[in-house]
Amino acid sequence: MKIMNMVNAINDALDIKLYDDKNVIVYGEDVGVEGGVFRVTEGLQQKYGVTRVFDSPLAESGIVGTAIGMAVAGLRPVVEMQFCGFIYPAFNQIISHATRMRNRSRGKYETPIVIRMPYGGGINALEHHSESMEAIFGHIPGLKVVVPSTPHDAKGMLISAIESNDTILFMEPKRIYRAIKQEVADGKYTIPLGKANVLSQGSDVTVVAYGAMIREVQRAMVMAKEQGISVELIDLRSIYPIDRETIAKSVKKTGRIITVTEGPRSFGVGSEISQIAIEEAFLSLEAPPSRVSGFDTIVPLPRGEYHYMQDPYKILYEIERIVKY
Amino acid sequence: MFKEYDPLKNKIFRVMDDSGKIINPKWIPDMKVEEIVTAYKKMLFSRVADLQIVSYQRQGRIYTYPPNYGQEAITGAAGAAIRQNDWLVPAFREIGTMMAKGVSLKEIFLYYMGYEEGSNFKNASQVLPVSVPIASQLLHAAGIGYAIKYKDEKKVVFAFVGDGGTSEGDFHEALNFAGVWKIPVIFIIQNNQYGISTPVKMQTASSSLAVKSVAYGIKGIQVDGNDFLAMYRALEEGSRLCLSGDGPVLIEAVTYRKGAHTTSDDPTKYRTKEEELLWEERDPLKRLKAYLISKDLWSEQEEEKILPQYREEVDRQFQEAESFGEYKKEDIFIHLYSEMPDDLLEQKNQYDRFLQWKESRFNNQKK
Repeated sequence: MKIMNMVNAINDALDIKLYDDKNVIVYGEDVGVEGGVFRVTEGLQQKYGVTRVFDSPLAESGIVGTAIGMAVAGLRPVVEMQFCGFIYPAFNQIISHATRMRNRSRGKYETPIVIRMPYGGGINALEHHSESMEAIFGHIPGLKVVVPSTPHDAKGMLISAIESNDTILFMEPKRIYRAIKQEVADGKYTIPLGKANVLSQGSDVTVVAYGAMIREVQRAMVMAKEQGISVELIDLRSIYPIDRETIAKSVKKTGRIITVTEGPRSFGVGSEISQIAIEEAFLSLEAPPSRVSGFDTIVPLPRGEYHYMQDPYKILYEIERIVKY
Repeated sequence: MFKEYDPLKNKIFRVMDDSGKIINPKWIPDMKVEEIVTAYKKMLFSRVADLQIVSYQRQGRIYTYPPNYGQEAITGAAGAAIRQNDWLVPAFREIGTMMAKGVSLKEIFLYYMGYEEGSNFKNASQVLPVSVPIASQLLHAAGIGYAIKYKDEKKVVFAFVGDGGTSEGDFHEALNFAGVWKIPVIFIIQNNQYGISTPVKMQTASSSLAVKSVAYGIKGIQVDGNDFLAMYRALEEGSRLCLSGDGPVLIEAVTYRKGAHTTSDDPTKYRTKEEELLWEERDPLKRLKAYLISKDLWSEQEEEKILPQYREEVDRQFQEAESFGEYKKEDIFIHLYSEMPDDLLEQKNQYDRFLQWKESRFNNQKK
């Protein structure tokens, strides 16, 4: 056991898989010499050499496109998009090829690629550095989209992702990269992708969240408890595949469900979860499934970002509203 | 000039040497001495501003900022060469040229203080806001170039990108479109040697960045980007070509980012002190100053006199930006659509209801 933050835990997972499997290749912008702008890949180039951990030219489409080529030729690339806002040049390669290659080649070619990407707001960053656009990726057939919320989960989920034969977008909540420290087991362990994690049992309302929003919900839960409201908190962990069963089971018990996400509201992850609640627990519902989310706007620059971000008050407001409904 | 310095010859265009001595008199730009002095003063102001912004950032009075210092000859020369009706399409390290076009330092401050209003340039026209997604802006420059040609206007587009940006697909597409359309765009690559930590030799196997112009069938030149006179001359020539229908052109300006990529970056991770010292010798301000002093057009005394005035002016504009006032939450919702959709208006109203609840519930506690 070691005390680790999420940066350390992701680094540890990469280290384990680089050691484990010589087909694992790590690259992206500034991931080599510098060890990544968030230092997530620090020390790996020194340990595994420049043919396995390296700086690529500045080209996101190039990074994902070449990863597809490497993958069909037997390697297991783990590539980094430096910030969520810069993935869009690679969108074409993801949606047109990475997620279609197996299907198109009738199973002959697989694309075991992990695309790591810091996302989310709350760090006073420049434009294009604070978005939380998991919903548009969840919409892509053939892509898995996962989000850890703790160092422990980050390590186990990343190892699972690297070992998976699918293309996986591994979204890292950069706001809590260093904010949460916990004991993380040594060596290799995996956490299955596609399974949510019930963090707190409760009886009045189910709250579904993931990534940096978990901590915000937990703070709101302290205030809700003072009002005598019992919240069941589900860490979704995986945007797609989505854990329908865990959501259904919980909402059947509580009769109420709120999804807390950072990104814009419309056509978001909250919309999908509300729909699952309706489909699976229609007769148990005591309030309309609800969403706490960003506005359908651009993430404001840092001065106004707090208006946009979800905080414990916004979550408490919605919990009370839904419980009293 | 573009013939003499054909990028295939691997020659770099310089007018002065590292000490400010003229080594290429044939290509000294036809500028009035006062114009050169004015340009130098603007470069100096930009340097002062930049260094002060970094210190404001350290004091926590401004958010992340990408420093410009070391690159003032490029942005200063572009500022001197760009005309009022020309277009400026910046990347994000061109405060010298932006100010020459009429963007105020206060507006630049506001942007990096996290106000959208910082991109609302009150006294500057035909300047696009900074573009953070690397190289994406070059295609907009090509589009503007097409519009200029279509409307038969006598205008030039000055479009900036960094060395790292030349690796992006958008760089290729923009130069390709521009070449096909034969439009009046000057593409200026600020080759400051690094894309964050990645050296230019890891971006490309080309012998230079200027040589890429050959493949697009457009004129290109590699210029000493720390040589103001060479930069001005190349831009002036590029502008002339564009106006006479012989554009576009690609100018690779070889320089060095003396500061960090942004205030969040630590260059000691990836470059050496020796290298920094080597480039210190080639500092663009130092060279132009030596030239001006040798011509008796400037003196250390004048510089000593003017520096405190500049510092004061930078600070004055900074304080003005600091007293800009409370961030208006309406700013988040406006300008997204020509008319606000009902659903978005309802989200805004919901937020107002939440704020009222919060205020009554928590008795005006802070956010």
